[in-house]
Amino acid sequence: MTDDYEHYEAVVVGAGPGGAAAAATLARNDVETLVLERGVEAGSKNVSGGLVYAEESAPYTLSDLFPGFREAAAERPVTDYYLHNVAGDRVKTFDITDLHDHDTEWSEAVLRRTMDSWLAERVHELTRETGGGLLTDVRVEGLLREGGEITGVTCEELDPIRADLVVAADGVNSELARDAGLMDWEEPEEWFQGVKAVVDVPEDVIAERFGIGDDEGEAHLFSGDLFEGVRGGGFVYTNRDSLSIGTVFHLDSLVAEDAEPHELLDELLTHPLLAEWLDGHYDEVEYSAKLVPDSKKVAHPAPHRGRLLAVGDAAGQMQAQGPIIKGMNHAVTAGALAGEAFAEAKLRNDPASAGDLYERKLREEGVMAKLRPQGYRLTSALGERESVTDLADAVLTSGVGRRAIRLLGDRLEGLYSSPILSQIVPDTRTPYVTMPTVIAEELGERVDADPDYEPKSLLDRIGDLTYDTDVGDPHIELRDTSAAASGAAVAACPVSARDFGGGCYREETRKTNGHEETVVSLDTQPCVECGTCAVVADTEWEHPRGGKGVEFRQG
Amino acid sequence: MHSVVLTKGVPDFREGQVSFDEDGHLERGATPTVMNPNDEFALEAALQTKVKRGGRVSVMSMGPPGYESVLEEAMSVYADDLYLLSDREMAAADTWSTAITLSAGIEKIGAADEQGSSSPAEESEEPDLVFAGFKTADGETGQTGPQTAWCLDRSIVTHVVALDVEEDEGRLRAKRLVEGDPDEIETVETSLPAFVVTDPEFEASYRRAEHRLRHKELRAETEERVENYEDHLTTWSAEELDLDPDFIGLDGSPTIVSGVDPIPKAPSEREATAVDPDDPEELHAVLETMRPLAGGD
Repeated sequence: MTDDYEHYEAVVVGAGPGGAAAAATLARNDVETLVLERGVEAGSKNVSGGLVYAEESAPYTLSDLFPGFREAAAERPVTDYYLHNVAGDRVKTFDITDLHDHDTEWSEAVLRRTMDSWLAERVHELTRETGGGLLTDVRVEGLLREGGEITGVTCEELDPIRADLVVAADGVNSELARDAGLMDWEEPEEWFQGVKAVVDVPEDVIAERFGIGDDEGEAHLFSGDLFEGVRGGGFVYTNRDSLSIGTVFHLDSLVAEDAEPHELLDELLTHPLLAEWLDGHYDEVEYSAKLVPDSKKVAHPAPHRGRLLAVGDAAGQMQAQGPIIKGMNHAVTAGALAGEAFAEAKLRNDPASAGDLYERKLREEGVMAKLRPQGYRLTSALGERESVTDLADAVLTSGVGRRAIRLLGDRLEGLYSSPILSQIVPDTRTPYVTMPTVIAEELGERVDADPDYEPKSLLDRIGDLTYDTDVGDPHIELRDTSAAASGAAVAACPVSARDFGGGCYREETRKTNGHEETVVSLDTQPCVECGTCAVVADTEWEHPRGGKGVEFRQG
Repeated sequence: MHSVVLTKGVPDFREGQVSFDEDGHLERGATPTVMNPNDEFALEAALQTKVKRGGRVSVMSMGPPGYESVLEEAMSVYADDLYLLSDREMAAADTWSTAITLSAGIEKIGAADEQGSSSPAEESEEPDLVFAGFKTADGETGQTGPQTAWCLDRSIVTHVVALDVEEDEGRLRAKRLVEGDPDEIETVETSLPAFVVTDPEFEASYRRAEHRLRHKELRAETEERVENYEDHLTTWSAEELDLDPDFIGLDGSPTIVSGVDPIPKAPSEREATAVDPDDPEELHAVLETMRPLAGGD
């Protein structure tokens, strides 16, 4: 039967921006390309905060690869970018548009269902010309190995497929990158968790409240004391007729504080600034979540093994440049470079050299330098020790520190807008929590507005999501049900909470022979497939079968 | 490979669509006509054959001109061309005279192919496969398929849940439910041409990417085609089919319906007695009540 296996020159796994860029580049180089996407439609499994960049220094951008992208598949360009330092109801706002504009050809707010499904249509047309095409509802579960070599992929819905090139563009929870030993799910320090609510707001209300025209859009970031000391921040991005409102936190900090992600999101949703924007228009339509790799720590310097090349989140290519997060643009560049590398290798009659060529291109095109900046390695070695953080916090909150902040005043805005400084900020509570809080306390102004709404309950948020549950075939298994091994998931899972029975994870007290023990139990029905529990609990984690599980309408 | 799928228009029995009068009789005028739901499986089976073996799928129905919409619905699943056998003489047919009419239509498609085909070698004189769904939602007899197969003098496989056609060898291999039992499946083979009745348990299987890509392409094509489905529709009268009016429609139907009795509705309320599970006497009383119903003793 094995002689009957299908063969394609290239199989691209995942139809997000990285996979789309890879497939389009391969197809334009006449490489027979098959794209496999596990969602019912491209974008139905994908979530992002919502800003996509085209960098001036990047060799490939979405609009290069897919002409008409901005007009057809994006929401609004980002024309103004603000950072709000928050202490209670005091807010000091910095305009960091200059930082945002640095190296930026354009930037757009996007919703992934619209964006990715649009890209997928173009990709299907392009790849069909080569004898391949794009299929949805197919989950690639692993690598096909023959004689110890990677020779293709295995799928739940299809017989094994051989390929000369396999592109792992299967996202942050890439099963292929893990199968190949390129990534793991071990350290919470290496991950951020993002949680987002899309809120419908009429176009004219957005125009009026943000003071923007048709071709304008805003991005707002929030940091300070509104997130219970958890390291991270919030964001609000304007879409055409909705707002993307979300939070991004270091996963280790979420776990350490035993914080509930949905409650931190509620803190943002009910902040006075949000109360002004959402007054009379809080219509939350979708709750979603995703893990974000911290490229400074996990971007793989050589993201390939044999015929397998990993791109985008699957290779940890998600850059947190200070407050600005850039992921999709790097996935696009990496995808196109992977495609280019294979095409060149094939031309030289040495397709096996595609991986090395891809690695070299990532370096020579400056992608790796952005993902793993030199400066950060220096400051993190020094600045991320607890004693240093304590000292920095002590100085900042002292009279001396406060006077310095007052003296700096609006010059701080300039410092915050420095691209170099933003790359080397250490990952401690100082820049995320202490510094913005002190800035707001010393320089901020009071904003008083009370929300006329209550954020949706977690139960309603789960209830609003669309699921096609694979009954009797859960995609996650809990290996260790002890509270010590897996208890952190109860709070950290964005669709679970302590004292909430309707989520994925819950703690139960079991009595046996007069003996009491706390055990963790799991019901994968409400799962949003973010991957948090794979890192913070002891699980056997797989994606659901093709077309099954959660289906995001906004993303 | 040429397949013909037989379909029938039936009242839409779904809640909110169907209307009954006070006596429980179907109000035909107030109930929309739709494609018989079981026929979708026959269409999927024919589409699978086309995806894997190429060729053409024709869909045929017998009924009044209004049945064009049923054929349109069939085309939205998949069809290359549509045939409606429509004539006053065909009206009020039972399964037997329907089978005679349909078999004449299927034979005429074959003959038309022979005449119309520029390269005769490409088209066989009769369709290789005829597909039908498992019984209609209105008549529920399940007879029309087998009777049509008998008229055509071809072998028939019923209750088919999976299908593979080996065109080179002129054979068909099918998995079928034995006597309609989903737990008992047998594999049978027969030679082409053949007649296939799909079971509602039928599932098309596409384990190769090339087949899924072809499936996607064919589905897109049929969606485009369905917008002008009339352009792909051929209507044949009894005369065009060269059918003797005495053998079709009401005159050709040996079935006599002597009467129709509504099935009495189950009572909407039942008596219930609550029993305290902790009270042994009450439980004993329950057991005593049930004893005569248990049989044996």
